[in-house]
Amino acid sequence: MPTVNINVNGQDLSAEVEERQLLVHFLRDDMDLTGTHVGCDTSQCGACVVHLEGKAVKSCTMLAVQANGKNITTIEGIADGDNLHPVQEAFRDHHGLQCGFCTPGMIMAAIDIINRKPNLDEKIVREELEGNLCRCTGYQNIVKSILAAANK
Amino acid sequence: MYNFIYEKVNTIKEVEKLLSENEETKILAGGQTLIPTMKQRLASPSTLIDISGIDELNFINDNGNSVTIGSTVTHHEVSSSDIVMNKIPSLASLAEGIGDPHVRNMGTIGGSIANNDPTADYPTACLSLNAKIKTNNREINAEDFFIGLFETALEENEIVVSIEFNIPKKSSYMKFPNPASRYAMAGVYVSVFDDAVNVAVTGASENGVFKWTEMEEALSSNLSLENAKNIKLSSDGVMSDIHADSAYRANLVDIMALRAVENLI
Repeated sequence: MPTVNINVNGQDLSAEVEERQLLVHFLRDDMDLTGTHVGCDTSQCGACVVHLEGKAVKSCTMLAVQANGKNITTIEGIADGDNLHPVQEAFRDHHGLQCGFCTPGMIMAAIDIINRKPNLDEKIVREELEGNLCRCTGYQNIVKSILAAANK
Repeated sequence: MYNFIYEKVNTIKEVEKLLSENEETKILAGGQTLIPTMKQRLASPSTLIDISGIDELNFINDNGNSVTIGSTVTHHEVSSSDIVMNKIPSLASLAEGIGDPHVRNMGTIGGSIANNDPTADYPTACLSLNAKIKTNNREINAEDFFIGLFETALEENEIVVSIEFNIPKKSSYMKFPNPASRYAMAGVYVSVFDDAVNVAVTGASENGVFKWTEMEEALSSNLSLENAKNIKLSSDGVMSDIHADSAYRANLVDIMALRAVENLI
């Protein structure tokens, strides 16, 4: 099995992985980072979104070996100790979650949106959330949370 | 998904060597179509050649009259490139309309055209902008490249290196996206050059992307909404599925063409 060297949440890791192992399963099963979720497993729902070199990607649509030599950030890696990331804080303040299943992907997508788009408005946020589904249909407060975080 | 041998390469030479030594290989660039296909066991290559690390495939060049884009450039990189936004803005907005942001961060232009999905966006840009597709051993005109459903002129040992798009006087791409996948249910790319107007259509034909010659002739004589309105796409050979039947889809193509022309006058 190939060996991969991946930096996950600031930590250098070295692990043996099967070629066909998806990044999301490497993170969840091998690294115990279960904050990244598998929602649909068919590249639709975005519950598995992590950052690869700072950019949002679907970890269910990528092999762990493709991340060799790269930096990965998961939902577990964005808070600063006990201090929540501003986007996490905004989701808490504005009740941006209901059941919470889509939340890790939503937050990782939101950080990517805020990084890329300097002047966010509601329309842009809704368009940019194309790749993230909330089956509680809690979009109202998710959009509100992202806009609040962007304006912080 | 079935297991396979994974090879990460740094040069085109290494790809050529692996392709000649192995059967049932697949090229992996962004993997946004290939990996879901493999997960569903619709593809089971024995070797995957990861070309995402090949520097010589990752560039965007402004050549004056044309723009060349390397095959591993992602949709996000195309949509946010100053060169593309300034020289061919319709191409930048086409790239921004593919899938969703996460897919656009991984998916590549070379992967899209080599796959030639009959509902993909990039093939229209290639046909409409008289693109030349450069491979590791030759240059293919877009009109000779797209052969049919998921079929291209690429040979077994050939990979896409870059795509050179001619810069039009003006151009517009309009699509009606499938609300779930954002693939085109109908997409029409109209480009105006000094000597011709080119119109390419995706999402409609059972044979994949095509040049709509009747519309091209009508618009070449005079680029006007009236002329565009006089041309209707026949629903013969137009795809029919749960999302839209042939007549509905053909009508969508007519409407997308009108919207594109409206943008240009």
